Amino acid sequence: MFRYIVRRLLQMVLAFFGTTLIVYALMFAGQGDPIQALAGERPVSAAQRAYLTEKFHLDQHGVGGFFYRYADYVTNLLRGDLGESLTGRKIGDILAQAWPVTAKLALIGLLVAIIIGVTCGVVAGIRRGGVFDNATLVLTLLVLGVPTIVLAPLAQYLLGVKLSLFPPTAGADPSLYALLLPGIVLGCLSLATALRLTRTSVAENLRSDYVRTAKAKGLPTRRVVGVHVLRNSLIPVITFLGVELGNLMGGAIITEGVFNIPGVGFNLFRAIRTEDGPLVVGLVSVLVVVYLVSNLVVDVLYAVLDPRIRYE
Amino acid sequence: MQVRRLAAWTALPLAAALGLAACGGGDSGESNANGVVSVQIGEPQHLIPTNSNESSGNQVLSALFTPLVKFDAQNKPYEVAAESITSTDNKVWTIKLKDGFTFHNGEKVTADSYINAWNYGAYGPNGQGNSYFFEKIAGYDDMQAEDPDGDGPQRAPEPKAKTLSGLKKVDDLTFTVTLSKPYSEFKAVLGYNAFYPLPQAAFSAPGVLKEDFEQAPIGNGPFKMKGTWQHDAKIEVERYDAYPLDKPKISGAEFRIYQQLTAAYADVLSDNLDVIVTVPTENLSTAESDLGDRLQKSPNSSFQFIAFPTYQKEFSNPDVRKAVSMAIDRDEIVKSIFKDSQVSARSFVSPVVAGYRDNTCGEACEFDPAKAKALYQAAGGPAQLKITYNGDGGHKDWVDATCNQIKANLGIDCVGVAEPKFSDLLTKIKAKEPVGLIRMGWLMDYPSMENYLGPIYSTNGSSNYYGYSNPEFDQLVADGAAAATPEEAIKKYQQAEEILAKDMPVIPLRFGQNVFAHSTKVKNVEVDLFQVVDMTKIEAVS
Repeated sequence: MFRYIVRRLLQMVLAFFGTTLIVYALMFAGQGDPIQALAGERPVSAAQRAYLTEKFHLDQHGVGGFFYRYADYVTNLLRGDLGESLTGRKIGDILAQAWPVTAKLALIGLLVAIIIGVTCGVVAGIRRGGVFDNATLVLTLLVLGVPTIVLAPLAQYLLGVKLSLFPPTAGADPSLYALLLPGIVLGCLSLATALRLTRTSVAENLRSDYVRTAKAKGLPTRRVVGVHVLRNSLIPVITFLGVELGNLMGGAIITEGVFNIPGVGFNLFRAIRTEDGPLVVGLVSVLVVVYLVSNLVVDVLYAVLDPRIRYE
Repeated sequence: MQVRRLAAWTALPLAAALGLAACGGGDSGESNANGVVSVQIGEPQHLIPTNSNESSGNQVLSALFTPLVKFDAQNKPYEVAAESITSTDNKVWTIKLKDGFTFHNGEKVTADSYINAWNYGAYGPNGQGNSYFFEKIAGYDDMQAEDPDGDGPQRAPEPKAKTLSGLKKVDDLTFTVTLSKPYSEFKAVLGYNAFYPLPQAAFSAPGVLKEDFEQAPIGNGPFKMKGTWQHDAKIEVERYDAYPLDKPKISGAEFRIYQQLTAAYADVLSDNLDVIVTVPTENLSTAESDLGDRLQKSPNSSFQFIAFPTYQKEFSNPDVRKAVSMAIDRDEIVKSIFKDSQVSARSFVSPVVAGYRDNTCGEACEFDPAKAKALYQAAGGPAQLKITYNGDGGHKDWVDATCNQIKANLGIDCVGVAEPKFSDLLTKIKAKEPVGLIRMGWLMDYPSMENYLGPIYSTNGSSNYYGYSNPEFDQLVADGAAAATPEEAIKKYQQAEEILAKDMPVIPLRFGQNVFAHSTKVKNVEVDLFQVVDMTKIEAVS
C-alpha cells in the first residue's frame, strides 16, 4: 500500500508538469493581445504597452518564443515564484486567497451531496417503487435538467432577495451561513447524481446472495442495510464523489459569480477574459493537483470499503 | 456574457410573474454622520493616480484624493485644491495651491507633491496607463524611451530626461506648467485623476514609487485608507478629520468588489449594499418596480457609434455611409432594447461638453427609409453589410436589431459578427481584415469637445482605429486647441464637427446615461460624468 501511494505521488509530479505545459501552450496559442484585453476598450498608452511587453516577454512569439516563456515560467515555478498577473499582483497571493474559499464552498457542496444524496438514495433503494422513490426520481430529474446558470440566480432571487432566508451574496470573507446557499446550489447536481447512484446500487445489492444469507442468519434489518448493503453500495458513489470534488472546485465559475465569492472560478473567469496566461496556468495547475489527490483518496478508499481490493 | 444573459432569461419572467411591489421612498430619514456606506466597484486594476484609468479605481481614488479642479453643473472647471490656475498665453500656466491641505500621513501638500507625482507618471519606463495625459507638457518626449528595433527583444535605452522640463516650482504653494504648445482648455484637463499629488512617503527614492504604495495610497482627499486594499473583497476608507474643505457627511465608506453586476443588484434589493453605479441591463425592465425612486439616472460621457473602416473601398463614398445611417431607427432601439437607459445620438460629441449642439448630423441621422434606400442604390453600396462587435459587452441585441433595420430598409443583407473580446476586434482591424462596420464606444477623459474630436476622428487619434483622415478637420481641431479663449476654441471645434456631418466617418447612435440605484439606507446619491459616486455628498440615513 505504501509503495503504491509513493508511486502514485511520483506520477503526480509528472502529470503536474505535463498539464502546465499543455495549459501554457493552449493559453499561448489562444493569446491575442493581452495588453489590450486588460485595457478593455480604452486606448493603451505607448509607455504602458512597452512596459508590460518588456515585463512579460510578450514580444516573444512563435515556437521559440513559447519555449522561452515556458522555460522562464517553470524556472520561476521551481523557485516557488508563480509570477505576477498583468495587473501586478502576485499569483501566489491570489491563489492563497482564492483556494480556501473555494475549498470551503466545495466541501459544503460535497457534504450536502453526501448527507442528503446518500441518505435519500438508501431510503429510495430500500422502498423501491414506493412514493418516496418516485418522488425523488422526479425531483432529481428536475435538478439534473436545470443547469446551475438557471438554478443559482433563481435560488438567489427567491431565497435571498424575496424571502431573505439567506444573504443574497456571500462576499470575500463569508460566514458558514452565507456559504450555505451557494454550497447547496453547487452541490445540487452532485446530490441528484449521488442519489440516483446510491438508490440503484442499494436496490441491486438488496437482491444479492449475501443479503439473503444475512437475513437468513436472522440479522436485524438495520445491520443488514447499514453495514452489509451500504458498504458495498458505496463503491460507485465514492468514485463519483471523488471526481466530483474536483468538478465542484473548478466548476464553481457560475456559482461564485452569482454569489460574488472571490474563489477559484471567479479568478479563472477573469483570467481567461483578460488573457492572463500565467494566472490561468497557476489556477488550473492547482486544480489538477486537487483532481489527482482526490483520485488517489478514492483509490485508497476502495481498499478500505472492499477488502478484496489490494494494492501492490 | 453568456452566463449573465441566461441568468436574466430566467430571472426576468420570474420577477414579472411574482408581480413585485414597488418599494418607495429613498430620501427620507435623518442623516447619520456616523454612518458607513457601501459602494459597488469592480476589482481596480491599479490605485496609483497616474496608472488608474477605469471607473473602479477612479472611484476609490476620488475618495482618497482631491483634484485641482472639479466641474460645475455646466461642466466648466472650478478650483478645488488649487487657489487659482491662470495663464496669459495659454502656454505657461501658473498653478497656486490652497494652503492647509495635508496628506493623510500629516505631510503638507506642496508644489513638489504635484511635480514629483507628474514626473513619475510621465516617465516612460514606469509604464503608467495615464502617461499620455502629460503629453501636452513640455519635455514629455524626452522622457520616453525609443525602442531601437520597433518592438524587438532588445531592451530600450534609458530616456534622455527623468523629469518634465515644463514643470517649475516657484514657491511652496506655486508652480508653473509650460506646455509644448498653447492649449486653451488645459484647466479642464487638470480635473482627471492623473493629476493628483503624491506625498514624499510614496517614494522610496526620487522617481521610484514604493512597491506597496497602491495597497494603501496616501492622498490629500476627504477620506483616508482604513487598512489596506483587500483584493477581490473590499477597500475601506474613513473620514480624514484634518481635511480643510467641506467634510464628508459620513464617517466612512466601503468599496465592495463585485465581478457581476447582477450580484450587486441583488444586494441593493435586499439592502446589503448601498449603491450600485450601473444597474445591469438584464434588470432594467424590472428595476423601476423593484426600486421606485431609488432608481436614478444622470448624464455621463459615453458615446456609442458605428465606424466605417476606410481601408475598405466599398465604404469610401460618404453617400453610402449616410444611407446606412438614415436606415437606422435610433429611437426604436433605444426604447425597445435599452428601455430608455440611453438616449439617441444625432451629434458627434456628447451633450455633456460645452459647445455641444443638438442634431449636428442633420439629415444623415434622420430615420428615412425611402430616402436611405434611394441614396444607397444611387451610391452603389455593397449588397451585404457586416457589423463586427465584441461579444463580451452585451452588444448582440442591439447590433442584431440594427442589422434587421438595415436589412428591411435598404433591402440588403446584414449580419452581426461577434468577436470574443474588443482586443480581438482591434487585432483584426489592425491587420486590415474586412470586418465591415465596427461597433465603437468612447468615454471622455475631460469635458471638452476636443476630447471627442481629437481621439475619435483626427488622423492620429488614439481611438481612431478605422483610419478616418481629413486634413481640414485635423487643422480645425488643432486651431481650436491653440485658440486664445475656450469660446474661440469651441467655434473652431464646431466648424470641425460640421465636416464630420459631411463626411460621416461614423454613425452616431447613442449617448449613455448613468443608471444607478441605492438602498433605503442612503440618500443624496450623485453619480458624475465619469461614472463615479460623489463621496462628499452622499449621506447615510439612520
